[in-house]
Amino acid sequence: MNKSVFLGTLSAAALAAGLAGAATLDDVKARGELICGVNVGLTGFGAPDANGNYQGFDVAICKAVAAAVLGDASKVKYVPTTGETRFTALASGEVDLLVRNSTWTFSRDNDLKFDFVAVNYYDGQGFMVKKDLGVTSAKELDGATVCIQTGTTTELNLADFFKANNMTYTPVNIADDAEGQRQYLAGACDTYTTDASGLAASRATMPDAENHIILPEIISKEPLGPLVRHGDSQWGDIVRWTYFALVAAEEYGVTSANVAEVAASSTNPEVKRILGTEGELGAMLGLDKDWGMRAIAAVGNYGEIFEANIGSATPIGLSRGLNALWTQGGLQYAPPFR
Amino acid sequence: MPKQLTYVRGEMLAPKEPPLREAGVVKWLRENLFSGPLNTILTLLGLLATAWLLLHLVPWLMHSVWNAGSLGECRQIIAATWGEGATGACWAVVRERWPQYIFGFYPQDFALIARLSFADQYAAAGGYEGVFGAAVNGAVREAFIADLRANAGLFDLYVLGYWRPILAFVLMFVAIAPVLFTALPRKMIWFSLLYPALAFWLLWGGTVWLPVVALLGFAVMGAVFTLLKDQLGVPVSAGLGLVAAVLWWLFAQAPVTAGLQSALPFGLASVDSDQFGGFLLSIVIGVTAISASLPMGILLALGRRSDMLLVRTLSVGFIEFIRGVPLITLLFTASLLLQYFLPPGNNFDIILRVIILVTFFAAAYIAEVIRGGLAALPRGQYEAADALGLDYWQAQRLVVMPQALKISIPGIVSSFIGLFKDTTLVAFVGLMDPLKGITAVVRADIDWKGIYWEPYIFAGTLFFIICFGMSRYSMWLERKLKTDHR
Repeated sequence: MNKSVFLGTLSAAALAAGLAGAATLDDVKARGELICGVNVGLTGFGAPDANGNYQGFDVAICKAVAAAVLGDASKVKYVPTTGETRFTALASGEVDLLVRNSTWTFSRDNDLKFDFVAVNYYDGQGFMVKKDLGVTSAKELDGATVCIQTGTTTELNLADFFKANNMTYTPVNIADDAEGQRQYLAGACDTYTTDASGLAASRATMPDAENHIILPEIISKEPLGPLVRHGDSQWGDIVRWTYFALVAAEEYGVTSANVAEVAASSTNPEVKRILGTEGELGAMLGLDKDWGMRAIAAVGNYGEIFEANIGSATPIGLSRGLNALWTQGGLQYAPPFR
Repeated sequence: MPKQLTYVRGEMLAPKEPPLREAGVVKWLRENLFSGPLNTILTLLGLLATAWLLLHLVPWLMHSVWNAGSLGECRQIIAATWGEGATGACWAVVRERWPQYIFGFYPQDFALIARLSFADQYAAAGGYEGVFGAAVNGAVREAFIADLRANAGLFDLYVLGYWRPILAFVLMFVAIAPVLFTALPRKMIWFSLLYPALAFWLLWGGTVWLPVVALLGFAVMGAVFTLLKDQLGVPVSAGLGLVAAVLWWLFAQAPVTAGLQSALPFGLASVDSDQFGGFLLSIVIGVTAISASLPMGILLALGRRSDMLLVRTLSVGFIEFIRGVPLITLLFTASLLLQYFLPPGNNFDIILRVIILVTFFAAAYIAEVIRGGLAALPRGQYEAADALGLDYWQAQRLVVMPQALKISIPGIVSSFIGLFKDTTLVAFVGLMDPLKGITAVVRADIDWKGIYWEPYIFAGTLFFIICFGMSRYSMWLERKLKTDHR
């Protein structure tokens, strides 16, 4: 008897969980606040500034979604997540959306029951070496000592790469990026390997940046993007199309500065549909018609976000590379808004 | 009269200087540092190591930079002042980010600063509703706050801005003073008992009625206990009192709080747990866990020595389980596992979860330390208490515990110091501890990326001051309570 009551309670709780999870949009609207899981601190992508306000390339997605859904980019509660806690935080409903430079992989998508809704940054693992080592290609790193973060996919990629090229290496295990940079500068390893964006940021802050080069080989695919829970397609669509609105805005030259003007004057029907002056796209998402305009006005288009946080004008100085628009040889591509 | 011969010297000779090698510094050096070949070698090696350390450390500290906007700027200043290749400490990071190390992301009370120091601009901007109201767009508020930040003085920004944690911190000393120093008036203990509710309200904000109604639960417990004590005896009426209090918290707490709040609305802006960080977080977790783990540890130690099978088994099981598991495991349980068991949306606070498990962890260790103290008491003390006709609790309170606790002071305090330092482990569950959490945040800023030692030294210094203070207090207490005339 007791047992069946207990099981009944459990299944009722599970049912309630399913129901509660099915309407993230309603939860967010009722709460008046978007809860966004972000990185505890990753240069350029997401970190609080000296005043405690979160800034960064990933954080901008949170702000854009909040602007689209709630009409105010500041109505976001940021939940800092570590590599260990991030997926639990999303699965348990602690956050509505996770934008934390997480790589889209098969098992995360299917086994962990998440939906990666877009790729906001195409990254890949690279190597940094000192110039006077005389190495110009990762294929010449046979026998090198390599500073590598333990317990990450980068460690596995590294092993695969060296095995595939019949080379050997000695790993120097490090715990985090700060330690890696320090060990590498102190000469404990010949090369430091992590995501290329991270290497660029580290190199930018070194006292003698000109003496270090990032080798041209990128040995892994790291498509980083925002993700939501399985089973709430409406919410996934809102995040996905908010992101695509930012990419499309760059393609059509809509910026945070000129968005109001473009909305009034543009004759391009697709732009008009994105900005809500024509058609009913917002209603199909369960939002009002100005959602796209608000998102762009709040954070700017994809190119603006990139340049403001990690682009060539910032100290990090990443080039667009794979993250250029498809019209400029990159992979950023928004499906048609119609 | 014949002249008297002097056989004995009438006055003392002045003492001679001892030989050079048997006096002063030389003697001390010979005896302590160069007494044999092994000691001589060790001394020389030690001197070399010290010299090497100083050679690197002193220039690094001498070249400290306090005013700079980024690590790169620090390096430029050092290179410009001391020449290329010179290294130096870049304390500018501490100067810029110390509020985060102390308070984490605890929000500054800009409404108060605006009202007290910028009354005209505040009124012009529309007062509270015009700037901080729920309907105001975030951009307006952020612009007002940025303007205020640029114009406010240090006192405004940091003392007024953080008045809630600062007041809670100052009152903490008032609350623990009667516990630490017996010379103070005993009535102050009432404030100590009220302090947890007060501190909760100051730190987390929200309606004042929540802690007040929660305290009423204790009043309910006390009332039930006093009414039933004579009929049912102490243990039964205490248990019934506890049940009544739990019923009060479960069923009466929410409606009574809501009712009082709607009748007499009074409260502070509420602050979320994830905005806590730095030493504020360490001290909140540390102090709560320390003060809760001592009574819990005492009960567990008594339980472990109890004659009752169930009580003993439960105590032993709890102590051995908790001591057998690393603290990190418990923290992960707090942050990850509990989430899976609770229905979604039923988020109970991460800091509270961490505090509970850290308290359990500390209590298990304290229990063993106190059991050591109990074991050291001669059997005669227990028998003397029995012979006086004291019951179990009276004997524990009046005879056993005062002696056992006195013996255990060094062990208890070192458990507390260890516990306080262990609070930095909460970084692994995504909380902003001062050592790793805040430092990771600071390093994620491109301005400070690559900085290594300075944040650690800063946080380490503060930890040292606090832990050294605790250690000194325990030594003072030991001397004060020393009665054995050894």
